[in-house]
Formats: sequence, structure tokens, C-alpha cells
Amino acid sequence: MSSPPHTTLPNPIRPAFDQGSVEGSVIVNIGPSHPATHGTIQIVAELSGERVLRTDVHCGYLHRGFEKECESHTWHNLIPYVDRLNYCSALINDFAYCEAVEKLMGIEITARCRYLRTLLAEYSRIADHLTCVAAALMELGAMTAFLYLVTIRDYIYEHLADLTGARVTYTYGRIGGLARDLPDGWLERLGEILDEMDTFTGRVHGLVDRNRIFIDRMRDVGVISSADAVNWGFTGPLLRSTGAPRDLRKDTPYLAYAELDFEVPVGIKGDNYDRYYVRMREIDESAHMIRQLVDMLPAGPICVDDRRCSFPDKQLVYTEIESLINHFKLVMDGPQVPPGEVYSAHEGANGELGFYLVSVGGGVPWKVHCRSPSFVHMGGAHRMLDGYQLADIVPTFGSINMIGGECDR
Amino acid sequence: MSDAVFEQVRERLAGVAGEATVAHGTLALEVEAARLVAVVRTLKDELGFDMFLDVTAVDWPDREPRFDVVWHFYSTRHFVRIRLKARVTLADPTVDTLVPFYGSARYMERECHEMYGIVFRGNDDLRPLLLYEGFEGHPLRKDYPKQKEQPLVPYRDAKP
Amino acid sequence: MTTQPARPAPSGAFEFLTTKKDEFVGWARKFSLFPYPFVTACCAMEFMSVSSTLYDTDRFGAALPRFTPRQSDLLMVVGTVTHKQAPILKKVYEQMCEPKWVIAFGVCATSGGFYQNYAALPGIDKIIPVDLYIPGCPPRPEMVIDGIMKLQDRIARDRHPIINEKF
Repeated sequence: MSSPPHTTLPNPIRPAFDQGSVEGSVIVNIGPSHPATHGTIQIVAELSGERVLRTDVHCGYLHRGFEKECESHTWHNLIPYVDRLNYCSALINDFAYCEAVEKLMGIEITARCRYLRTLLAEYSRIADHLTCVAAALMELGAMTAFLYLVTIRDYIYEHLADLTGARVTYTYGRIGGLARDLPDGWLERLGEILDEMDTFTGRVHGLVDRNRIFIDRMRDVGVISSADAVNWGFTGPLLRSTGAPRDLRKDTPYLAYAELDFEVPVGIKGDNYDRYYVRMREIDESAHMIRQLVDMLPAGPICVDDRRCSFPDKQLVYTEIESLINHFKLVMDGPQVPPGEVYSAHEGANGELGFYLVSVGGGVPWKVHCRSPSFVHMGGAHRMLDGYQLADIVPTFGSINMIGGECDR
Repeated sequence: MSDAVFEQVRERLAGVAGEATVAHGTLALEVEAARLVAVVRTLKDELGFDMFLDVTAVDWPDREPRFDVVWHFYSTRHFVRIRLKARVTLADPTVDTLVPFYGSARYMERECHEMYGIVFRGNDDLRPLLLYEGFEGHPLRKDYPKQKEQPLVPYRDAKP
Repeated sequence: MTTQPARPAPSGAFEFLTTKKDEFVGWARKFSLFPYPFVTACCAMEFMSVSSTLYDTDRFGAALPRFTPRQSDLLMVVGTVTHKQAPILKKVYEQMCEPKWVIAFGVCATSGGFYQNYAALPGIDKIIPVDLYIPGCPPRPEMVIDGIMKLQDRIARDRHPIINEKF
């Protein structure tokens, strides 16, 4: 039999308010174990009837000590932790972090690696947007759309498992390159998946875009203006839905984005409907980019031939003493990164994903800080929740795409 | 183009900010903690740095002053980033808050406060955000042992 | 949940009937699990996959989630539980009625995973009893289904004595 229940459990938070501000208002607690808040956000809301007067958003329920953990692992060994930040699009985190370390070390990756990283980053972005839209639609009741999109996402997961060995958190990026090259037939399967995805997203558009109920629930709900969004630090699809065409891939191109032809979709009002539509359009744009990259992919090595970070060939490790020692040093001490600091940002699926690294020389970082878009969005979420109905919290929250691992790190 | 912006920033802030270096595409400025608000006001109103990205701190336990508080800003017009650094001591780890300028500073200052103990003067809402009520200490400081847990719920005897 | 050891072959009509009753109750319970998905982190992605069309837990009767602990009987703790989340988990567990089972989904719920620091709870069995551990970071959907089937076998083997020390 289970032990008798505790009568009091400690409250881990201190809400900003515990008294109502107007006559007859009620304070309710939403979360943190709640399907619509993605399990890790607590919203303390003051309601007057069904209208939300003010909210206090609490995150931190998934704070896993990423920064502290990184300070005791080598630059290579912490790549799995980096993966689990935005776990919906894990490859983008890998590549953003690896590029930051490569900047500190002064390494330039090979051409094939550059194009392949771009391709896989866009592929991951598709997976993230599929997850976000599927979850948001399911929370509104559109179960069919959820099943369609998650089916495609599952194909993507299996496909990436063929390449990296894992379905969700890949640990595929390496400092100076990638873990392994593409297997045979991978690009053909990629084309098949993208074609099937076009069919399925077309069906979702047909189910939802002009659906009266969907429009009533999403149009003019959770509105934020461009100026407000910039002030509150919003980036990514949230900022683009307000009409500001800001995208790091276009504004400060990195990897191979300067050579690709793609548009940056923007919304008109900054409401939930625009955020949904911007994400669906971004899925199309990413598929378009991937198709271009498949044709542009050059042959060549995946990892840069630099002994400071790349492992020597196994044949050499078994036969030459220098390679053996090199391999040993890389594994035990980690790649030696010169002292310095760098802030390097990529356009993650949610916005500007930045890594601020501080090195004092040696194989273990002094500080690894992740500037996560979801955390900043939580800071400004109350601007989109206050003043609307209680039932609007669910779609607004779903359209923000708060990823717990990224928000709380 | 970013070089032109950096030159402009350097000239405009020559008297107010300290040493300026450009590395890896970012301009890093040393500022004194007391001059922070003046520098940020100039950056935001005159030089077009309208997005506040991040505030964090770096702990150098063997150095006095111990902490480096680091701010990152981004300009959505010129597409460049800037880093500000101020040094504060363990005895008085206080800097001014940027909440009047940028809304996004609210949450980020809370996180920096609970992780490092940096006090943001003027920000009256420095409740724990990622940590919980009752957590003692500042875990990202180098003298906080990584595995020191402070459980909220007492552990039970886990029988196999 | 206390599990009685398997009884010897029925030797009388009464024991035959009670064994059949136990089998019937076990069959009904194992195929009508109402999970409470206590979802926190990356394992949620695999939970979504295992609930969807390609791997479908609905075949096992375990797909329909009840998002209130009062109406559910299977607590699936999916993802890392931190010290901040621990009181929430304990409260949700205590709000569930008997019979209830707990699955630790993923290696973070089993043992803390590779987060051995001040923030993560080193395994949910430090605060609640666990019936099934599914390791993996995150586990493949096939592993999850294997785990659910093992739990179903255990539920089917449970004995529910009519005459016991309570009477």
C-alpha cells in the first residue's frame, strides 16, 4: 500500500499576486502539470469571469542545470547536453554550438559539411514546426491534423535515425564537422518524405485554413505589435508574424544560406493565426531550400583535417604512435580551445539561438551560456495573454512554441 | 557594413565607455557599472540597438573584482551585435536594471540574480525563476558544488 | 500495489471461481489503462510518436489520456523531473485512486539520466514507488510498447483476495 499522503507539500514558487485587483475576480493556477502548457509552465491568472486580467508566468520546472553541467565536461562531451535544449529540432542546437567553438578555435569547416549542416538544420526546423503546429491544432481539437503531421514527423525521425543512430536527440554535430557521412539512398528517401509532406500539409491547410471555428479561435487572439515584440526580445516566427521580416538566415547569413533562394514569410497582425500560417509557410520554404541543397551538395570530406579537433583515422590510430596519442588526448582532455569568448547565434526554429562561450584555454569550457528564444518569449508571454479569454490561453500558448528544455536549460 | 557601425559606436561612446575590441563579429565594450544606464540609453535611442538579447555573468573566483556582468544587444536595423561588460565585486555585486529600457530584461535579470547573486538595482521583482523558493546559494558560482542537491520533497526508502 | 505470489492450481470450486474472477479483473484492468501523461521533456516527443498512428498504444487500450489524476490509473512520468517539479509529482501521485501504476519513462525519470547536478531529481523512485522502468534517452517507441505489455502482464497476474486480513 502507498504511504499516507502528506498534508502539506512545499510550494516551489511565489506568485506575483495573491489578491484580486477588482471586485469578484478569481485567481486560478494553470499548470505546471497541464497538457496545454507543455508540462512545465505554470500560469497564475487573475480572472474576471472568463476574461484574463493579468497573468504571472512561471518557468523553471525543467531547469536541469545545463550551464553547470557543461562546466565539468570537455567541449566534445557536452554536445549531448546541447542537443537536449530544443529537443524538437536538436540538430540546430548541435550546429550552433559547434560553430561557436569553431569560431573560437579558428576552424573553417569543409564545403560538404557546410551544405550538409544547412540541409539538416532545415530538416530539423521542419520537424520542429510540424510538432508545434500539430500540438497547437490538437489542443484546439483538430486531432486529425495532429495525426497527419506526427506521421510525417515520424518518417523524418526514422530517416534521421538512419543517418545519426537516434530518433530525437542525435548528437550528430562535431567540432570541425559531423559524426558520419550520408548512407546510400538517404537523399532519395529524403525526396520521398518531402513529397509526402507536401501532400499532408496540403490536407491540413484544407482542414483548417478557412475553417470558421479555427479562424474565430485564432484570428485577433494573442495580438502583439512589432514594436512591442522587439522590445520584449521576440525573434523567429513570433516576430515575423507581427510583420517584421527579421530572419538571421537572411540578415546575417551563416552556413550556406547566402547561396540559397528562399523567402521570409511574415504575418500581418501578430495574432495566433499568423503564427500558425508563418510556420506552415516556413515548412514549405525549408522544403524548397532542402531540394536546392540536395543539388548543390559537393563531394568531399565531412570533417576538417585538423588534429586539434578531428579524430585521426582508425587505421592510423592502431598503427602510429602519434595518432594514438592524438586520439587519446582528444578523448581524455578534449579539444584545446584557445582563451577567449564568443557569442554566436543561429536562427533556431523559435528564433535567435545564441551560445556565449568563455574559454580559458584547455579542453573544458569556463562557461557555456545558451541564449534561448523560448525563455525570452516566456518573459513577454503575458503581453499576449492578458485581456483575452481563459480559453484563449491554450491556443496562444501553443502558438508561442515554448520548448521546456530550451526555456529552462 | 558592421565595421562602419562599430566605428560610429566607438566614436559616440568614446568618453563614456572603456576599452573596445572587435572579435568574431561582435564589438565588446568595457563599461563601468555606474555608467551603464547612460551607455545603454545612447545605444538604444541614438545608435539603433533596439533588441536586448541577454544578460549573464562570468565568475572569476581568483580575480578581484570577481564577476563580469555581460550584456548583449542586437540592432534590427544594422544587423550587428554588441557586448557590454562590467566588473563587480563579491561584496557589492550591484548594477542598474535595464527594465525601463527593454521589457525582456525582466526575466533575464531574474535568472542572472538567482544564478550568480548579481543584484539589479531598480528591478523589484528578483524572485527565483529557474530555481525554487527555499533554494539557498547561487549555483553557477564556481564555489557551489555541482552535485549539492536541496530536495523539496524528502526521499523515501526506494525498495527494489 | 502489493503483488501476491501465484496461487497453486485450483483444488476446489471456490478457488476455481476466484481464480477466474482474478483473471477477469486482470484482463479488464490491463486493457483499459487510462494514462496520466506527466510530460516534461524530450521523451514527450517519443510519447507523442507512440500514441500516434505508426506505433499506436490504442491497440493496447492505453491511448486515451485522462488529464486529471482523479480519473486515471497509470501515471507515466515522461522526461526529467527536477527538484522544483517534485512536489507537483508527489501531489499528482497522491491524488490518484487505487489501483494505480507508475511508469518511469526514459532514463531521466529512472535515475536522473546524465543530469547529475543540483537541479535534477535522481530518479522518481526517490519520491514515489515505480512499477516499470523504461530506459532510453529517449526510448524507441517499440521499447515503450514492450514496457506497457510487461506492465499489462503484471497487472493480469495480480490477485485480489476476497478473504484477507481486512475482513
